[in-house]
Amino acid sequence: MATEANGEEGGLALHPMAQFEVTPLFGGDTVAWYTITNVTLWMAIAVIAVTALLVLGTSRRAVIPSRVQSVAELAYGFVYKMLEDITGKEGVKYFPYVMTLFMFIVMANFVGLIPMAFTTTSHIAVTATMALLVFFTVTVLGFVLNGGKFFGLFWVKEAPLALRPFLAIIEVMSYFVRPLSHSIRLGGNMMAGHAVIKVFAGFAAIAAIAPLSVLAIGAMYALEILVAFVQAYVFTILTCVYLKDALHPSH
Amino acid sequence: MATETQEAAGQAAEAAAPGMPQLDFSTYSNQIFWLLVTLVALYFILSRIALPRIAAVLAERKGAISNDIAAAEDLKTKAAEAEEAYNKALAEARAEASRIVAEAKAEIKQDLDAAIKEADTEIAAMSAEGEKKIAEIQANATESVKEVAKDTAKEVVAALGADVDARTVTAAVNTRLKG
Repeated sequence: MATEANGEEGGLALHPMAQFEVTPLFGGDTVAWYTITNVTLWMAIAVIAVTALLVLGTSRRAVIPSRVQSVAELAYGFVYKMLEDITGKEGVKYFPYVMTLFMFIVMANFVGLIPMAFTTTSHIAVTATMALLVFFTVTVLGFVLNGGKFFGLFWVKEAPLALRPFLAIIEVMSYFVRPLSHSIRLGGNMMAGHAVIKVFAGFAAIAAIAPLSVLAIGAMYALEILVAFVQAYVFTILTCVYLKDALHPSH
Repeated sequence: MATETQEAAGQAAEAAAPGMPQLDFSTYSNQIFWLLVTLVALYFILSRIALPRIAAVLAERKGAISNDIAAAEDLKTKAAEAEEAYNKALAEARAEASRIVAEAKAEIKQDLDAAIKEADTEIAAMSAEGEKKIAEIQANATESVKEVAKDTAKEVVAALGADVDARTVTAAVNTRLKG
């Protein structure tokens, strides 16, 4: 996973994408659907971290919270308020679903920042699965809750009648592009940040550039910490917005 | 078998050009499978254990805070009541004190008045007595003057050699004194 560089000769071997390779954990090189890979490991670590924060952290059920418990409560309140603000009272019953997505993404992003870690959310397969889950849930929910009125989402009543068919085409297109933008935004951000850090790390092999490189890695790392949270936030808030469309399709 | 061939093809592609592992479709089924396992596990952990617990803690805290606020409100009204009672007691005490002062003043005035009256009567009595004495003294003095005048007149008449009755002289002196 680490970038090897033959510094003595000045030859650089940059493998910024090597960190994203999916490899079996216990030998062998076939990756079947059930193989235990580094994906399994780091997803499990994320689950354990979330459990540690939200279950073990709150095990004392203190009225005056400890530090870990206040972070857990903060996360709860953050997502709950976001969901309630956007979707209203009706959306609150989907809170565990949204909270699961948020906690998984934010924790996978953060454990992915540990050096030598594998960032599961940098893979389009992972983010696209989550985005498609949201997309199908929202679509099914929209038709189940509103029936044919769900098509009102595409029929802009405020616009002049002549314009409405064209707007409907645009609306339908934007609706189907949603899972794409939803997933690539998260996956792309995570991948790009980690790859850039790796590139800087590769340049550190040249002694003259090394201090600058280390500085750049530090700066990128700080930025990535911000990005890790912001992207989880963006993914969740978009999920809330899509959910709102399913609950209140009137444009 | 099919997966293996796919796998082989993927690796071959990777070996040919170090591309993006993100686009290596041979690993997709693995990632998606483990992601679904992860999400389901996480969903159950959160919805069964973590979220109800945090909700309960938050509700409990909210309850505790509102209870405390109510208790504080109660104590505040109690404090206000105590202050009012204190002020009332203070006002009463002040009124009592001023009443006592007024009473004492009245009593003192009464005593003073009585004393002044007594002193006045005493003074009046003493001055009356004095006047009487003065009158007596005055009367005595007049009498003495009469005596002296009569005697002197008798002596003067005798010295002049006129033989006059003593009674006549006295009468004459009396008339003179009256006039």
